[in-house]
Amino acid sequence: MYRYDEFDQALVTQRAKQFARQVERRLAGELTEDQFLPLRLKNGLYLQLHAYMLRINVPYGVLSSRQLRKLAHIARTYDKDYGHWTTRQNMQFNWIRLEDMPEILLELASVEMHGIQSSGNCIRNTTADEYAGVAADEVEDPRVYCEIIRQWSSLHPEFSYLPRKFKIAVTGSDNDRAAVKVHDIGLRLYRNEAGEAGFEVFVGGGLGRTPFVGESIRAFLPTRDLLSYCEAILRIYNQLGRRDNKYKARIKILVHEMGLDEFGRQVEEEWERIREGALTLPDEEIERIRTHFEPPPYESLPAESAAYLAKRTQNQDFATWADQQLADHKQPGYAIVNVSCTPIGRAPGDISSGQMEVMADLADRFSFGELRVTHNQNLVLTDVRQEDVFTLWEALISAGLATANHGLISDTICCPGLDYCSLANARSIPLAEKLSARVADTSRQQEIGEIYVNMSGCINACGHHHVGNIGIVGVDKKNSELYQLMLGGSAEADASLGKILGPGFDEDGIIDAIERIVDAYVSLREDGERFIETYRRLGPAPFKEAAYDGTTQGR
Amino acid sequence: MSQIVIANRLRDGLVVFLGNEKQWVVQVQDCSPASDETHAAELLAVAEAAEANQEIVGASLIEVEMREGVLTPIKMREAIRALGPTIRKDLGKQAGN
Repeated sequence: MYRYDEFDQALVTQRAKQFARQVERRLAGELTEDQFLPLRLKNGLYLQLHAYMLRINVPYGVLSSRQLRKLAHIARTYDKDYGHWTTRQNMQFNWIRLEDMPEILLELASVEMHGIQSSGNCIRNTTADEYAGVAADEVEDPRVYCEIIRQWSSLHPEFSYLPRKFKIAVTGSDNDRAAVKVHDIGLRLYRNEAGEAGFEVFVGGGLGRTPFVGESIRAFLPTRDLLSYCEAILRIYNQLGRRDNKYKARIKILVHEMGLDEFGRQVEEEWERIREGALTLPDEEIERIRTHFEPPPYESLPAESAAYLAKRTQNQDFATWADQQLADHKQPGYAIVNVSCTPIGRAPGDISSGQMEVMADLADRFSFGELRVTHNQNLVLTDVRQEDVFTLWEALISAGLATANHGLISDTICCPGLDYCSLANARSIPLAEKLSARVADTSRQQEIGEIYVNMSGCINACGHHHVGNIGIVGVDKKNSELYQLMLGGSAEADASLGKILGPGFDEDGIIDAIERIVDAYVSLREDGERFIETYRRLGPAPFKEAAYDGTTQGR
Repeated sequence: MSQIVIANRLRDGLVVFLGNEKQWVVQVQDCSPASDETHAAELLAVAEAAEANQEIVGASLIEVEMREGVLTPIKMREAIRALGPTIRKDLGKQAGN
């Protein structure tokens, strides 16, 4: 993984020390809250319902065991013994004390971490495919370009006061696991007919109160032009994006109001002006960054481990878990292991200090000391020898991390909701917990098959509800929680936005409705058809009928 | 309409309420609500002074009512602040921490 050079380290350590002094001045009354607010947000510190919340960047979801141990230490020492993986591959702590922040930031800086640009109207953490570098279906490693974007966008003077926040995602595979089409800029790495690596560039995607699927603004962008082209997009957005209304300030609104053609024309015009300038990436620079992402020292192994196959035969629980959690690795004899942080009946993405330490140890033992955080709020060990998978599984069981639900109905994406968040209108975690408890049985979940259920506690859509196959959004209706149900969303390469099915439900009513919708799907699907495919074939009618069948719900 | 003042303590972010003796208390039960606008405005003035004095941030008046003998914020958002996350009963004021 990328390691800080002296400039990165100096910058992060210096910022931690600056913020320590700012906290000191705030506590002494030399700064008012109005003066202090932008300073703390610049370091990822929010004030939420119960306490301060600190959001820490995990650049493109890549985390070392050393960093994870430090997060465990911070959770235990300064928080309430747990942390929360966000839907943008970051970590949040929910119970932070302002007076501890100076120490916490220095602790984080010691492991090359911080909260800079995890808040505010700037370029946020760039997200990526959690299988980057190891996926069997990968064309190019997106981490190299994520890191280049990270360096370019860190404290970029021109883009530190954008109309609104700005999120970039990169996928290196045609199977989009980074939801690139619902980002401000989405980048799909591929090789053109001449075999050259480049990007298809999507712009203007996003969720929130006005969701859009991003549109392709450039079919092929050579990798060397990545930064100049992104800079051209950001420059046009920064100049023309609305600043009169924060709800209309994202780039998606600008692209929508201008039209993609005109927006694209202006971007190309600006790009022509700057494309051969200082931002052009020399091959040597790309290769220099690539050296940080060299494959670990893999052993030469047979494609299939006999020991692994034997364990599968001997232990049905293991086979069931492995069927669900393992993904194909490009290196023979190795497996990608998804580790669920969304256990049955518990909050998606929460992880205790003890579990963090277990995962750090397992990463050291079995996966070259590295982990990935996913936007589905889970973890991945990317480089596990197949013959080690059984031992790993046993250790995960002891730590409560062996839930077999990757891509299944209980593996929900869920925002913190009204249990923690000051923006929320309704709770979301209780729905995730109740739904997973309702469908707990793994064989039942596997029979239902791949289905993504995403839930948010307000229209800001941190729980990505628009791109869930089943999406739920909570609203406040006369001081009681009401949940809208939408169907047909997808965050994959064929991204689509869900449509509201009908009147909303209360908390129990919506769990019942989802169960009826899923039952309808199982009875209506054709062989091998996933939920989203059945929905696209049949449209909402049969699901609407099922959802509202025999219920007094729907107000 | 009964109202109390809710805020976060500056140093640690803990949710606090303006208590009977104009002191900041941790439990909502330890405050006596203002029953008219004049009294409510007095409470808010005390809170604003405390904000200026770096004790608390984000003070606001919220409505409360007695529910089964327990003083409870009417809005769910504030009720959750007064108790803690509904999905983690081991955390927050409901757990005594």
